[in-house]
Amino acid sequence: MLRIIVPIKQVPETSNVKMDPETGTMIRLGLEAIINPLDLYALETALRLKQTHQAHIIVISMGPLNAEDALREALALGCDEAVLLSHRAFRGADTWATSYTLSQAIKKTGNFDLIICGERATDGETGQVGPGIAAFLNLPLVTYVRRISEITPAFACVERLVEGGFEVVRSEMPLAITVVKEIANPRLPTLRGMKAAKVIEIPIWGPEEIEANPDYVGLNGSPTRVVKIQSPKVTRSGTLMSAKSKEEMDQAADKLISYLRENNLLNWMNAK
Amino acid sequence: MIDKQNLKEIWTLAEQKKGKLNDVSFELLAWGRRLIPDENYILCSVLLSNEIDIEEVHKLIEYGADRVYLIMNVNLENFCVDPYVAVLTELIEKHKPDVMIASATSTGRTIMPYLSARIHGGLTADCTGLEIDNESGLLLQTRPAIGGNILATIKTPFHRPQMSTVRPKSISIPLRTSSRLGEIIHFNMDFTAVKNRTQVEKFIPFTEEGPSIESANVVVAGGKGIKNKNNFIVIEELADCLGGAVGSSRPLVDQGWTPYSTQVGLSGKTISPELYIACGISGTVQHLAGIQTAHHIIAINNDPNAQIFQVSDFGVVADLFDFLPVLLYRLREFRDNLFLAK
Repeated sequence: MLRIIVPIKQVPETSNVKMDPETGTMIRLGLEAIINPLDLYALETALRLKQTHQAHIIVISMGPLNAEDALREALALGCDEAVLLSHRAFRGADTWATSYTLSQAIKKTGNFDLIICGERATDGETGQVGPGIAAFLNLPLVTYVRRISEITPAFACVERLVEGGFEVVRSEMPLAITVVKEIANPRLPTLRGMKAAKVIEIPIWGPEEIEANPDYVGLNGSPTRVVKIQSPKVTRSGTLMSAKSKEEMDQAADKLISYLRENNLLNWMNAK
Repeated sequence: MIDKQNLKEIWTLAEQKKGKLNDVSFELLAWGRRLIPDENYILCSVLLSNEIDIEEVHKLIEYGADRVYLIMNVNLENFCVDPYVAVLTELIEKHKPDVMIASATSTGRTIMPYLSARIHGGLTADCTGLEIDNESGLLLQTRPAIGGNILATIKTPFHRPQMSTVRPKSISIPLRTSSRLGEIIHFNMDFTAVKNRTQVEKFIPFTEEGPSIESANVVVAGGKGIKNKNNFIVIEELADCLGGAVGSSRPLVDQGWTPYSTQVGLSGKTISPELYIACGISGTVQHLAGIQTAHHIIAINNDPNAQIFQVSDFGVVADLFDFLPVLLYRLREFRDNLFLAK
């Protein structure tokens, strides 16, 4: 039986978000919190391994108390255990402190064979926490995994998506991986799953429970600091042409080609 | 006065494949050069390889490095975390760089966070701006976050090195000066204690796909407006004509019409090509987040109110099945004249 850890993050739901045309920023009012969409692929990977290899899946999240909803949803999908890391001291953590905190919690949950992380979160978009956890736990790491071909308690054989192709990588276990969307289609929770998830107790851990070095957690433990935040204006003042008739289309095509020429954007044209 | 003993080092992590340097290695030198305020700083490039010609290594100097740290070992043939981390940790401990920049490639995005956790450096991902603050001498790193809706400026006050990744293509390759002088330092390291727990058994290239969207100068992408899978050929033809790569918006990938490696946007790839052409893409916030740093954006959509036009440099309101053939015809005409003229 494999013991699998899936760290997840709760993020604001942004799929139907509208932009404020005045400021060019996201209208955040009334945004719901959801499981980071890319973490669903990590969860699905774990759940499939549970079906094929038998596995015990522990899902962990750091965040405010309402991140329990995300964990509850993961349990409804079929994960076995959940842990919430929530404490004032964890606030303001950068990716370094977040990776440290999650890795301490993972140590606390006992032995494991595999850690599966999403590629990155859709809010912070750094993709740094998965590799960071692997480093703190001194694990081998394979990122951008698109397929697990073989897995045993001793080794795993996976496909890693890289520029222009993929690598076939063999690794010792225990192992940490980050997965890409290609790996599987995430399932939806079932009614039965949701019912079962309701009765599972989710412990809430703070720095003491995970025996964290207080200098390494939260804002205090973060090497990086945000100095300022700006809202960039995303709009560009471009030409807009309407092309309905054949004549208008010819005109638009000519104008467009002129634009491409003036900006040296036709330099890579294929000769044939 | 220049204190030779206490030169501050700005590092870039060069990348190579089979003994050939990747363009990102030179782009990083352009970023690094901007961060050298005076002669108390030097620009260094770190290169890990199995085997590489010294002329190839020298290119790093020609493109701007003052010093190259070269580590050659059979364990470094493919990128694997264990030997890379072992080498870089030892090198960093010895030379104590002030700043270290890598490209946001599959390698850079993997090694940098692992290394930063290991050596307790401060790391910022996907920076679009880097500068040294005149007063404090600290690296100021600017990056878009929350789908490009905010730009955050980040610094690392106390931990070293100050680490960043920058996107490929986010800067032009600097001019090459073959007479530039610099030193190549061979860093010898004992690998006997380095345990490599992962092995790359083989690399399988995508044969049909052409250039990847992250490295292409031109990306032509299709969205829901293409209506069915077979229509995607018009996108491929335009991409092929312009010498570009094919991209797609999320709905197409979710339908299984196009592979994930082509997905542009928040849950796909963030790209900075010279030219991005969006065909039948409405421009959701998620999609726009992926193309914010494209240099030129062209949009073709039949809905004049499509969000994509808000961010376009040139937009055409047209049915793409009518307009793209006309555009392709005109482009080919232009190209044929061009080659005839030569």
